[in-house]
Amino acid sequence: MKNDIPRIAPSEITAERIYMDRRQLLAAGFASATVATLAATSACGATPPALAALKATRNAAFSITDPPNSYEDITTYNNFYEFGTDKADPAVNARDFKPSPWSVTVDGEAEVRGKFTIEDLLAPHALEERVYRLRCVEAWSMVIPWAGFPLADLLQRFKPTSRAKYVEFTTLKDARQMPGQKYGVLDWPYVEGLRMDEAMHPLTFMAVGLYGKVLPNQSGAPLRLVVPWKYGFKNIKSIVRIRFVEQQPRNSWQIAAANEYGFYANVNPAVDHPRWSQATERRIGGGLLAKRAATLPFNGYAEQVASLYKGMDLRRNF
Amino acid sequence: MNIGQQFSFIYKPLVFAACATPAVLMALGIATQVGVIDFAPMDLGADPVKRLIHACGITALNMLLITLAVTPLRQITHWNHVLRLRRMLGLFAFFYALLHFTSYAWLDQQLDIKAIGADILKRPYITIGMAALLMLVPLAVTSTNRMMRRMGRNWTRLHRLIYVLTALGIWHFYWQVKKDIREPLLYVGIFAVLMAWRLRAKFWPARVPGRT
Repeated sequence: MKNDIPRIAPSEITAERIYMDRRQLLAAGFASATVATLAATSACGATPPALAALKATRNAAFSITDPPNSYEDITTYNNFYEFGTDKADPAVNARDFKPSPWSVTVDGEAEVRGKFTIEDLLAPHALEERVYRLRCVEAWSMVIPWAGFPLADLLQRFKPTSRAKYVEFTTLKDARQMPGQKYGVLDWPYVEGLRMDEAMHPLTFMAVGLYGKVLPNQSGAPLRLVVPWKYGFKNIKSIVRIRFVEQQPRNSWQIAAANEYGFYANVNPAVDHPRWSQATERRIGGGLLAKRAATLPFNGYAEQVASLYKGMDLRRNF
Repeated sequence: MNIGQQFSFIYKPLVFAACATPAVLMALGIATQVGVIDFAPMDLGADPVKRLIHACGITALNMLLITLAVTPLRQITHWNHVLRLRRMLGLFAFFYALLHFTSYAWLDQQLDIKAIGADILKRPYITIGMAALLMLVPLAVTSTNRMMRRMGRNWTRLHRLIYVLTALGIWHFYWQVKKDIREPLLYVGIFAVLMAWRLRAKFWPARVPGRT
């Protein structure tokens, strides 16, 4: 389909409007964006490329009803160390990043392995929109309308074997495109992992879009993980490799500081970070006088996921 | 105008204006945030509370380091009048440190005394930050000419606390950074140079120009 979303800088539009625009377009039967448009984002002089609209119907059963954060907040306040350690850095430094062409290598304990183009990877999946809470390990939170599909649907296509106990994800390593990788702040490339049952859980989501449009670079284009009951650093961005493994992967933040960041990283108000409290959080977008809110066990998703950790000492497996 | 008058009427007001500038910029940021004015360059961004707390803390550290630079500067330049700016610089450090704590206690913790108390007791980086702030109080209180005269040599002794509290302040910064320690290390480096200068001046006075 032809994409004629007007070229407006995100800073000029309020979130509400983008959102309503998208709704109206959908209502008018306009949108039929397919995966192909993912690759069709084009640069135009100095202005940032307009992001293609996606057709993603809201999955209400998997969405919270809190009002989402503004598009501007979501896309200018990012922890994406590949583009700098300040939260304002990624929006600036990811401008020249090329999320297309893109391919993902699938290997390890699975029957179907190989290198897949992003188009092939995404082709069979219908997109849906899910409004999830995001809780950062730094004790702030947001509400984000993601577009994507359940990770389980993707992983099943590769027919993981019985030896696949975990799945490991890797971010692109390319210091020319990702200037933050010139500094050894983390051990590049960024690696994350999930236990197989976590990866297959219906809440676990592979996102390709945000607010009804293709993911902007700073948000992890073209493909990023969203695991809403875990701290934000589990949500690995710009994925180039998916590997099925028998042993628990060592994730980047655990490698960086094992006493502070674990493999599970489930949101847990009862287990503090060694240096700060996790009992409360500040919701971004509330302005100067917003009150801190109580952090919920499993970020409010305890009903769906607490059973995955039955019998586990969550104080040790933080 | 002699040099003394120049200091009183030109340099001192200029330095005052420079020291007050961060506070003015923060005020513009707050005004933009609450929508009183629209001044995008100073926008406090998505997390204005954190931004404000951080800006106050960094400015307090900057002021402390500038205060500590006065003595070496005087010794190098023989510009003895520069000493007359030191009190103002130190008081600005106290001012920004107090704003730093106030914005944390009020904007971040909503004056929840219990939560703040727990933070101070349980979080070592907050404990040492609080200690540094408390150490600044007697220095600010005794900064008047009268106190200086009354305390005599003890004044100098007391005011050596600035070495300790600056070290604590930098440690406080270092400790709360998640991973990227380049910026706190810069502060450690500058502080080390300023302290090394003092050690040199103490143990090898002959090699320090301007010292008799």
